[in-house]
Amino acid sequence: MSNADARPAQGHIEVKDFALSYETIDGAVAAVTETNIHVKPGEFVSIVGPSGCGKSTLLNAVAGFLKPTAGVVTVDGEKVNGPSAERGMVFQQYSLFPWKTVRENVEFGLKMRGMDRSQRERAARTLLGLAGLEAFEKHYPDRLSGGMKQRVGIVRALATGPKVLLLDEPFGALDAQTRVIMQQILTNMWQRLKISVLFVTHDIDEAIFLSDRVYCMTARPGSIKAEIPIPLERPRQQSMMMSSEFLALRRGLMSLIREESLKAMGGEINDLAMQGLTIDLHGHSLADVL
Amino acid sequence: MTSSALLRREAEPAAIAADTAEPTRAMPTPALPARSASAMAARWIKLNKERIRALLLGTISLLLFLVAWHFLTKYRVVFFVRFTNVPSPLAVHASFVKAIHDPHFLMHIALSCRRIFLGFSLAALIGVPLGLVMGRFKLVHETIFPVAEVLRPIPAIAWVPMAIMLWPTNEQSIVFITFLGSFFPILVNTLHGMSLVDPVLVRAAQCLGAQERAIFREVYFPASLPHIFTGLTVGMGVAWVSLIAAEMISGQYGIGYFTWEAYSLVQYADIALGMITIGVLGLASSLLVRAIGKLVMPWGRT
Ligand SMILES: Nc1ncnc2c1ncn2[C@@H]1O[C@H](COP(=O)(O)OP(=O)(O)O)[C@@H](O)[C@H]1O
Ligand SMILES: [Mg+2]
Repeated sequence: MSNADARPAQGHIEVKDFALSYETIDGAVAAVTETNIHVKPGEFVSIVGPSGCGKSTLLNAVAGFLKPTAGVVTVDGEKVNGPSAERGMVFQQYSLFPWKTVRENVEFGLKMRGMDRSQRERAARTLLGLAGLEAFEKHYPDRLSGGMKQRVGIVRALATGPKVLLLDEPFGALDAQTRVIMQQILTNMWQRLKISVLFVTHDIDEAIFLSDRVYCMTARPGSIKAEIPIPLERPRQQSMMMSSEFLALRRGLMSLIREESLKAMGGEINDLAMQGLTIDLHGHSLADVL
Repeated sequence: MTSSALLRREAEPAAIAADTAEPTRAMPTPALPARSASAMAARWIKLNKERIRALLLGTISLLLFLVAWHFLTKYRVVFFVRFTNVPSPLAVHASFVKAIHDPHFLMHIALSCRRIFLGFSLAALIGVPLGLVMGRFKLVHETIFPVAEVLRPIPAIAWVPMAIMLWPTNEQSIVFITFLGSFFPILVNTLHGMSLVDPVLVRAAQCLGAQERAIFREVYFPASLPHIFTGLTVGMGVAWVSLIAAEMISGQYGIGYFTWEAYSLVQYADIALGMITIGVLGLASSLLVRAIGKLVMPWGRT
C-alpha cells in the first residue's frame, strides 16, 4: 500500500448527465434524473436527501452494480463498467462474510488479487492494528458489536488500496455515541490515505461534519438540488458542531431537505396542513433549540 | 500506508472500551485460588444445570420404557395390541450377546453400513454440486428442476421393482434405492440455501475484486453450507428408511434382511434386536453428519 503517498492525483469521480430508471411491471420508474456530480482526488463528498430519493441508486451506479440509463460514470477518465476493487464499498448492513474471521474478511481483497498467504496475513494484521482491532482478528463477525463490524468493513474495503471509497449510510444502524467515534475513525483514515470518498447519509450533521462538499438531492426522481461547500477548517472537533458557522450550514441544508421531504411524502397534503407542518417543524427545529 | 496509527486512540472516549469489551472474557474465574474443590463443583453444576437435568430425565424415561416393556411382555398383556409373542428385554439382551459373537450378524451390519455409505456419498457428491449449479444458473435450474419435481414425490421404496430391472445386481439396486432416498432432500435443501444467499455479500465480494468462480467458492458455497447440512442430515435419515425397505424386499444380507428373516424363522428376539440395531445405526450416522457440520462450520453459533 505504498501508493498512499503518491495519491492525490488519483480517484477523480465524475458522473455526467446521469439518469437511472428501474424496470418494473408498471413500466420504467425514474429513480435518478439529470444528475451531475464529481469528486476531486482526495476530496470527501457527501450526498444527502430524503429517503427514497435515489442516493443508493446513484452510489451503486458509481460502484458498478447498476448501469446508468443515460449518461456516464467515470473514475480517472475511465468508464465504470462493473464492480472492481478500484472502488471500495462499505454497506449499511456491514456485509462481513460470517464464515470468515475478522482477519480473513480483511484479507479477502488481497486474496482475490493473488497475494500469497503469509504476505496478506501480515498486511491484514497491520491494518487491523491501525483500526484497533488486532485483538479480534480470530473472531467471527457475529461476536462483534455493530461499531466493530463496521470498522472491519471499512478496513476490508481499504485493504486493497482502492482509488475511491464509497459508503452507503454506513453508520445508519449505530447508536449515537458509536456513530461519533466512527466518524472520527473514518476522518482519520481518510486523511492518512488521501483517498477520495463519496459518502451517502440522511444525517445532515454527519454530512457537514465529515465533508468538504455536500450534494443535496431532490425527492424522487432524484436530481441535485444544491451543492454546498463546507468551509469548516480541519481537523474538525466535535465542539465545532456548536459553532455559528456549523449551525448556519445546518439550517440551510435542513430547510432544503425539509422541502424535499415534504414533497416526498406526496401531494396529498393540502396547503393548510403543509403550513402547519412547516411551522411545527420550525418551532421544534434543533438548530433553534441549540 | 505507513505504520503510524490511523486512529488517535486518545480521541476515542470510554465508549469504545465498552465497544471492544469481549463478552466471554468477562468471567472472573482465575483470580480466586482460595476456592475449594466443592465450590468449583457447585459452580460447574450451576452452569450446566440445564444439561444435567436433561440427561437425568432422559435416563429416567429410558429406564421407565424398559421397565414397561419388561412387564408388558412378562405378563403377556393383551389389550388391543398383543404382547403374547413379543420378546422381553432380557431375551433381546441374550440374543444381542449371542449376536455380537456371531460373524454373520456383524456382516449384516457391515453390509448395511457399506450400502448407506455408498448410496449417501453418491447422493451428496451429486446432489450438492447440482444444487449449487442449479441455484446459480437459471438455465440449468429451469432445465433440471421440472424433472426433479416429477421424480421427487415417488418414495424410494416404489423404485424397488424398477431398480431391480435397471441394475444387473441386487447389491447395485439396493445402493441405488438408498441413493434415491437421500438425493432429493440434499438437492432441495442445497437449492434452498442458494436462494437465500444475501446479495449484499455477493456485491461486497465483487467490489473486493472477486470474479465469478471466486464468488461461487467464497460466497455462495459457504453461505449455503448450513442448509446443505440440513439436507445431509435429513438425507441420512431417509437413506436408512429406504435401505431397510429395500433390504426387506429384495435383500440378501443387511440388517433389514436380518430383521425380516428373524420373523420368517420365528426368532422373535432377533426382530427386536434388528430394530434396535437399525435405530442405533441411524442415530449414530445422523450424529456423525452433524459433527462434521460443526467441524466444517466453526462460525455458527451453537
Ligand atoms: N430494484 C428496484 N426496482 C424498482 N424500484 C426501485 C428499485 N430499487 C430502488 N427503487 C426505487 O428507487 C427509488 C430510489 O431508491 P434508493 O436509491 O434506494 O433511495 P435512497 O437510497 O435514497 O433511500 C426509491 O423510490 C425506490 O423505491
Ligand atoms: Mg439507500
